[in-house]
Amino acid sequence: MDEGTKSVLQKIPLLRTNAGPRDAEGWNRRLKEELLAVIKYVSNNKEQDRDWFFIQPDEKGIKWSGKCWYYLDQVRYEFELEFEIPATYPTTAPELKLPELDGKTAKMYRGGKICQTVHFQPLWARNAPHFGIAHALAMGLGPWLAAEIPDMVQRGVISSFAK
Amino acid sequence: MEELTDELRASFDKVLSTLNTQAREKTESLVRSLKASLDALTDSAKAREKIDQMSSEVTADNPYSRLMALKRMGIVEDYEKIRECSIAVVGIGGVGSVAAEMLTRCGIGKLILFDYDKVELANMNRLFFRPEQSGLSKVEAAKETLVEINPDVQFETYNYDITSMESFSHFCGRLKEGALDGGQLDLVLSCVDNYGARMAINSACNEIGQTWMESGVSENAVSGHIQLMVPGKLACFSCAPPLVVASEIDERTLKREGVCAASLPTTMGIVAGLLVQNVLKHLLNFGQVSECLGYNAMKDFFSLMVLQPNPSCSDSWCLKQQELFAQKVKAEEKNRAEIGSGEVEEDLPLHAENEWNIVVEDDPVESAGQKSELNEAKHKPAEGLKFEFEPAKSSVNNDELVAGSEKDIGELMSQLDQLK
Ligand SMILES: [Zn+2]
Repeated sequence: MDEGTKSVLQKIPLLRTNAGPRDAEGWNRRLKEELLAVIKYVSNNKEQDRDWFFIQPDEKGIKWSGKCWYYLDQVRYEFELEFEIPATYPTTAPELKLPELDGKTAKMYRGGKICQTVHFQPLWARNAPHFGIAHALAMGLGPWLAAEIPDMVQRGVISSFAK
Repeated sequence: MEELTDELRASFDKVLSTLNTQAREKTESLVRSLKASLDALTDSAKAREKIDQMSSEVTADNPYSRLMALKRMGIVEDYEKIRECSIAVVGIGGVGSVAAEMLTRCGIGKLILFDYDKVELANMNRLFFRPEQSGLSKVEAAKETLVEINPDVQFETYNYDITSMESFSHFCGRLKEGALDGGQLDLVLSCVDNYGARMAINSACNEIGQTWMESGVSENAVSGHIQLMVPGKLACFSCAPPLVVASEIDERTLKREGVCAASLPTTMGIVAGLLVQNVLKHLLNFGQVSECLGYNAMKDFFSLMVLQPNPSCSDSWCLKQQELFAQKVKAEEKNRAEIGSGEVEEDLPLHAENEWNIVVEDDPVESAGQKSELNEAKHKPAEGLKFEFEPAKSSVNNDELVAGSEKDIGELMSQLDQLK
């Protein structure tokens, strides 16, 4: 993993509660921690003028949706972002989806699930249950956008997402 | 006068052409429906009737004669037992679809198929699915083909993602009550392609004490593995990092530009074959069932090993199953002592006669990358195998953890909303 991502990760607080959505009571505590960690991460980004996503959960904290964006040559490319907390969370990470980009890149599974690098899964597993949603975004989606957006822009397949 | 004739002729032509079109359409539709009835008739003539009892009679129209010959040859004692067996196949891709076809042809009693995906033309480098099935759900397309191959098999299909909160409890329920007799399945086969889905199967199986077999093909398509999981008795998928075949190709330098994963029909077919072979041995009691088998396609090298459960496994249900298994072993030992019989049935996964490549390593071996936790669990991969990644960190610093907050979830959600 690159040094930039590493230092971003280190500034996101780790979570305490080892509970997933199948454990109603534990999940309440965990969800609170998730929200605190995401708030901290977004605030960090804003402070450094590196804001790049926005997400909001549904009532139960299972389905999350929002937007993420990436600047290339002063053009902002913006996409819908969504994911679901799996039944085995936090042992396994959520699968991040950019549904609008489905079919536009080979680095994606059907439905717009992004294809993670070989580093993602081991790092998540090693840090389970302390890594949460904010970490998944920082080490999964951030690097993915940085690698794939320039390529897609060059191929001319995402000009309609320019804002 | 002439004008009038022309006008009459024109309208006559018009009527005639309309009638012609109508007649043609009618004839065409008649031909279509006749052809459909004819197809249905030939289909029903081709499809075979259900067979009540497996026969060993060697005739051209007995689909089971060559399987029942296993009995005559003394390989299998009771082949018909397979008809009472119920199996779930999770993931109907390059491995799962082929495994399901093998089991169908073997005359398995019941198959429950799970997959959320659709058939795509991009799947055509693998076996089983046909191009004209593109767009159908994998489970539906698979059932369509399999029912024709063997109408004796019962099928149940679910087109959903087992890892999602919406489907997970239903999935557990089908494992628990999906068998032919309404009870728990005999076996669950994991033919999925990702860690999350494997972990979901692992959780479900630990919770209900379900024996399962895991299978996998590497992303570079040149190695694969199968692993038997008996909750409490053998390591579960959480007991240690996933075992994968060690190859000289460094995963970290593997060229992955422009693709997520490669796949070969050969490797997938071989892994499906190894998996179902193990299933048959397990269900029909013949040969030696492999606990963990790795296949390196580059060298045609096979590794075999046993992985003991980890007493500090992160899955609490695994720990409960380990306790139950220890109690069972104790009770059996006591029983044996009381009976005083000299013949003991070995229930522990240890193999006395190691032939080739079988390494059952009990001594912890120090390795720089591996944490002591793993060594404590007496885990060491056999030659040709390795753990996919290092085990979990044992502890984190308190100051790295998220600080408490007086706010409730609703307040935090609106705080997040304001950061838009
Ligand atoms: Zn375990």
